[in-house]
Amino acid sequence: MSADSEQRTIRCLIAKVGLDGHDRGAHVISRAFRDAGFEVIYSGLHRAPDEIIQATVQEDVDVLGISILSGAHNTLVPKVMAGLEEYGAADDTLVIVGGIIPEEDRPGLLDEGVDAIFGPGTPMQETIDFVKENAPERT
Amino acid sequence: MGQAVESDLVERLLDGEHRALARVITKIESQSPGYRDIVSEIHAHTGHALVVGITGSPGAGKSTLVDKLAKHYRDQGETVGVIAVDPSSPYTGGAVLGDRIRMASNVGDMDVFFRSMSARGQLGGLSTATADAVKALDAFGKDRIIIETVGAGQNEVDVVKTADTVVVLVQPGSGDDVQMLKAGILEIGDVFVVNKADMEGASRTVAELEEMIHLRDDPRANLNMGHHGAEAMGDHHGHGEHTGEDQDDEPEPEPVWTPQVVETIATTAEGIDELVETLSDHYTYLAESGELDEKARQRAAEEIRQLLRSDVNRLLERELDDRGGIEDFASAVVDKETDPYAVTEDVLEPLRDCLEGRDD
Repeated sequence: MSADSEQRTIRCLIAKVGLDGHDRGAHVISRAFRDAGFEVIYSGLHRAPDEIIQATVQEDVDVLGISILSGAHNTLVPKVMAGLEEYGAADDTLVIVGGIIPEEDRPGLLDEGVDAIFGPGTPMQETIDFVKENAPERT
Repeated sequence: MGQAVESDLVERLLDGEHRALARVITKIESQSPGYRDIVSEIHAHTGHALVVGITGSPGAGKSTLVDKLAKHYRDQGETVGVIAVDPSSPYTGGAVLGDRIRMASNVGDMDVFFRSMSARGQLGGLSTATADAVKALDAFGKDRIIIETVGAGQNEVDVVKTADTVVVLVQPGSGDDVQMLKAGILEIGDVFVVNKADMEGASRTVAELEEMIHLRDDPRANLNMGHHGAEAMGDHHGHGEHTGEDQDDEPEPEPVWTPQVVETIATTAEGIDELVETLSDHYTYLAESGELDEKARQRAAEEIRQLLRSDVNRLLERELDDRGGIEDFASAVVDKETDPYAVTEDVLEPLRDCLEGRDD
């Protein structure tokens, strides 16, 4: 159909998973993504991995950004990744993690299928550029 | 690519695969190549779901109400699809779609399929995209579909009018009674919900709504039925007084719907049962009066018009580009070399010739 013109809009889910109660960082990144022209779905605080999986699958987001400050990333992130796998959503979702992730935990998360980890102090533009360059093509 | 991929996707959607449903809605939303073939294919599988549209000002409690409604239907064993429409920035196209946060009652329940959509800045495109997404949920097998949108403008009114029943949420104390006299969003409601009914001013808001409903001489009722003095089916409030007409020996008067006012406290699910009952009354009315079929026809007509408009628009955009772009025309108009009417006449000429010269 020649009349169809593709309108590429990057969709992101910014997810707070687990028990930590601070989401200033998640708000800041949501707003920065919005201003970059992305559609951002913000999960709200205290989400269980199941909720994150449900939202990622249903919203068909290009990018899942998980924000964790609590130190529970080694337990929670693998659960999310396994759920995405189950619904066939792991391969074509770009997963990025932000927050407090100790250096020694990073290789493990990347092994789980996380595409990138952005620690405190990462310039916002760096994250936005990474998403723009790596957001998967939807087919 | 193309045909095969799309057919496969439709098949997986009809098989109940959530990921395929999600992807079909994405294609509809972004109007990716092939999305029209998909919508054509699923069209035959639609027509089973009951569709409710919910609108109201920001902060009225729409998402919380939708959450509780969804839960109610789930408890009855029905599956639910929700489409929440949020505005996007006209400058960057960006949007924050936050309604999901309030869907707490249905956490982890995949049989509530909740999807956020944004306007993506195209004129009239939102209602087409929403209607197509509703078709996808319907074909997937959802029993109930809820469209939720902020009641901000014509775009949103168009969206919510694609539903069988329109619910307008009103905040207690949301203005003096002149607000109630203003046209627009209040005219489209089949059911009014005064949410946060525990707030001060709730009963006054209910009274004002009731008054508005009775004073308004429903223009639709007059058009459709040529009948005054609307009488509601399942009228719990005892209004809908009889007018002289009803005393005549007329045959059974056609059913007329008087909008109902329901009070809820969505956070505690109070009033949800009554709301569900009112929605069901309205559906019965739609079915018995024949309005359900009529609405379906009107919707189809509107869809066809909308598609024609947007396709013609695209053809004309291309024509403009071929002629050097709108900028040159605009400059010429500003410099008084020509005027907008002359330009329009000029650009449209080949199209008009083509359509009008076909008679022989």
